[in-house]
Amino acid sequence: MPGIAVTTTINGDEVEFICPAEETLLDVLRDRLGLTGAKEGCGTGDCGACSVIVDDRLVCACLMLGAEAQGRRIETIEGMAHGEKLHPLQTKFLEHAALQCGICTPGFLMAAKDLLAKNPNPTEEEIRFGLAGNLCRCTGYDKIVRAVQDAARVMKGA
Amino acid sequence: MAFDASFTGQKFKSVGTRPIRPDGIDKVTGRARFGADFNMPGQLVGRILRSPHAHARIKKIDTSKAEKLKGVKAVVTAADLPDLTNGDAAMFDILDNCMARKRAFYDGHAVAAVAAIDARTAKQALKLIKVDYGVLPHVTDVDEAVKPKAPVLHKSVFTEGVDPKPKKPSNVARRSQYGHGDVDAGFTAADAIIERTFRTEQTHQGYIEPHACVASVNSDGTGELWVCTQGHFAYRQTCAQLLGMDVSKLRVTSSEIGGGFGGKTHVWAEPVALALSRKAGRPVKLVMTRNEVFRASGPASATSIDVKIGAKKDGTVTAAEATLRYSCGPYAGMWAELGAMTSFACYDLKNVKSVGYEVLVNRPKTAAYRAPSAPMAAFAVESVMDELAHKIGMDPVKFRIKNAAREGSKSSYGPVYGPIGIGPTLEAAQKHPHMKAPLGKNQGRGMACGFWFNFGGQTCTDLNIGIDGTVTLAVGTVDVGGSRASLTLVAAEELGIPYEQVKVVVADTATLGHNDMTDGSRGTFSSSMATIFAARNAIKVMRERAARMWDIPVEDVTWEDGHAKAKGQKRGNLAPLSIKEIAAAAPNTGGPIAGHNEIVADGAGVSFATHICDVEVDPETGATKVLRYTVVQDAGKAVHPTYVEGQYQGGAAQGIGWALNEEYIYGKDGRLQNAGFLDYRIPVCSDLPMIDTMILEIPNPNHPYGVRGVGETSIVPPLAAIANAVSSAVGVRMTHIPMSPPRILAALDAAKA
Amino acid sequence: MVQVALWGALSAAAGGKKALDIEAKDIRELFRKLEERYPGLKPHIERGIAVSIDGVIYRDTWSKELPDKAEIYLLPRIAGG
Repeated sequence: MPGIAVTTTINGDEVEFICPAEETLLDVLRDRLGLTGAKEGCGTGDCGACSVIVDDRLVCACLMLGAEAQGRRIETIEGMAHGEKLHPLQTKFLEHAALQCGICTPGFLMAAKDLLAKNPNPTEEEIRFGLAGNLCRCTGYDKIVRAVQDAARVMKGA
Repeated sequence: MAFDASFTGQKFKSVGTRPIRPDGIDKVTGRARFGADFNMPGQLVGRILRSPHAHARIKKIDTSKAEKLKGVKAVVTAADLPDLTNGDAAMFDILDNCMARKRAFYDGHAVAAVAAIDARTAKQALKLIKVDYGVLPHVTDVDEAVKPKAPVLHKSVFTEGVDPKPKKPSNVARRSQYGHGDVDAGFTAADAIIERTFRTEQTHQGYIEPHACVASVNSDGTGELWVCTQGHFAYRQTCAQLLGMDVSKLRVTSSEIGGGFGGKTHVWAEPVALALSRKAGRPVKLVMTRNEVFRASGPASATSIDVKIGAKKDGTVTAAEATLRYSCGPYAGMWAELGAMTSFACYDLKNVKSVGYEVLVNRPKTAAYRAPSAPMAAFAVESVMDELAHKIGMDPVKFRIKNAAREGSKSSYGPVYGPIGIGPTLEAAQKHPHMKAPLGKNQGRGMACGFWFNFGGQTCTDLNIGIDGTVTLAVGTVDVGGSRASLTLVAAEELGIPYEQVKVVVADTATLGHNDMTDGSRGTFSSSMATIFAARNAIKVMRERAARMWDIPVEDVTWEDGHAKAKGQKRGNLAPLSIKEIAAAAPNTGGPIAGHNEIVADGAGVSFATHICDVEVDPETGATKVLRYTVVQDAGKAVHPTYVEGQYQGGAAQGIGWALNEEYIYGKDGRLQNAGFLDYRIPVCSDLPMIDTMILEIPNPNHPYGVRGVGETSIVPPLAAIANAVSSAVGVRMTHIPMSPPRILAALDAAKA
Repeated sequence: MVQVALWGALSAAAGGKKALDIEAKDIRELFRKLEERYPGLKPHIERGIAVSIDGVIYRDTWSKELPDKAEIYLLPRIAGG
């Protein structure tokens, strides 16, 4: 069965792959490229566990086809830290215990990164609505919001 | 060697602090491996075919076309899973639920499965399996199922626990009863009585990670299973029995788990994955879709509960009675029984009676959901308590304090209580600043109490002193929410060394002895106890080694601050020996140094919580906004307070979703209409406020550090606390959960009429 | 001598008997004597039950001692989540 050849950039690296037409970007990342940080929680774009950033836009990888990655710039959780240096959001999530089971964490970090890139000084309400596309069943979101608030403070150079 | 589990009342150096959890970095970088993140070479993709009918006879399954499809390596049906349950009815139900044998009992019931070289082929193969169904009448509603004309699921079920035994089969599998005293006399003595009927709809644990496993079975009867589970040893035991394998030959590794809340204490697709692998001769990866998770893995019971409580003008409750009907899915469980046991557990009552009925319905098999059955019973009881308090003109918190169970109270489920914490949580809630926050228009405040049993169980740990003196602790309780951090603190505390020098891992079934599941709030309680004793064992060994190194009797060696110290004046010139030094000499002093412990951790003690909630209800839309939420709960001793807070907040959030929005919606065709996160709406970030927590520490006398279980109790009060708040805000008593906007509007309309 | 109360299904399996006095120093002896008197209890005991001793609920560890005059309740094994 002929697949579709795709060339794309993931976390700054040029990547090539071949995938069936119907395969989602999420399945490509997880099953073809070994990037299992993005998770499938629902497969229908309702839980945000597969959140990635495509051309500076927050996207559910399960709602995008692998073929649509052609020529685009994709960021996943695997690219968030730089070598040993964690991103301030990652550090604050750890400090504030903003994760319990951790399955939603990569999606939240991507969403929070996108939120702060667009709104470096969000109110609590803006954080809550900005992250409303990501489901967490363990934490009740309290510590997640506090972690994002603290990261925003640090990232502003406070 | 037996160690004394009694509370030591010691001062802590590590326990009670809040370091970063040891498994955290992997989880924030995407490196942590959950159930679906693992792969084996040559693995096949497994998919399951599920019944589209709520109730049907399976007349014939023709798998021939599917088997012939290129790329399909195995097709299994119930014929490939022979009954090896040996008359064990509960095991047989598990087997039947994993793969339907003669009948499909719910929309989503597995009837066949395939293993193929890729997802596309597996999907095509499912379409080629021909199932000849004889559709039968179905019943999905808990109240409909008990009616005399309801379709009966099993002709062999005659209600147990009633005398005389019924002549006709029904969907009521069992009746159970708890209580004491004379409720009729009690009601006669009451000045005020409230009697109401309540309903709660079915909810799902809602873990974000679907069930996933990779199974590999060899022709010599050995096998491996990678799976997300709350209990890899329990899964091993069940799978081995169902597949006819020796337990020791099946190695089960627990992946990181993306939420369980009780739903991953039961097997669902794992025996099927193993059967596929056995037949195909290759590993099989089987991951459920979200649709399958809702349709075919265990939700909590739907319930219908009648409660009647009577009290004197002075606030003394004179009688309390509850009749509870809980749905079990197609197989009997003890769900109503647990509801009956917990309903009045918070109170000191002279006359109390709870009767539970296990009701069979054509819905997926009910599974445990965090303090199973207690939230619904608490909703009914606490709503009536609230209404009764208002009727006699007494403050609802004072009313509960007046009737609260205390040491010496006979519990409603039988035993007399020892020292317990319901009074302190109520008093703390009463004094909490939340109670003084001003309330505006369309706003209401509600509070409620909750109770849960916690338990211990079979536990073992291995504590190994490394060659460089750093410590590895292998435990067998799956870490669902940060217990590795707590256990690291406990090991560090006992050994007297810094937290950073201990590394905790969750061992697999081949490398550690049996451990019961992480359920019943037992993870930290049980493993910390075993860790303490394992550490003490290791310390005993290290004292012996130090004695050998110094050439003095071991009685002259003590252990302090992570060092062996020589006692007495004449030993003054012997510098203390660190673990590093003792470990370095280990090859000469007797070999590897370790401490082990195998116990049945016990005496976990019951736990109580009080929740306070403020809501605002929009009278035009019926939408409810949660303004303020406070959890007060006794933890005994919070080993890592941040993760205890996390448990309180998480349980509260699940309860909020359950109270306001979550429900299984079935069509007239008996099929689940909302099997996805869009229409099964769990709380999102914008739905909730910050959740305030207050940890009380009344030590559990049966644990050296006083630790109690904490994970489950926080889901028990929210349904009632929110119902009381909403009822107060809208001026109408809400009796149907969830209190979604249409229900609130209907209640408001009915009140106006 | 301990006072033993049976609940629910256990009581039914013991012919409706709700409470009895038994001479037993630990759980194992208690189970043996109960099974002798009421063979219907055997399958329940084998499946596993919870034992409350003076208000604290324990598992069915045979060696667990029963203090003299203790109040013993036999309860179903509880499922958690």
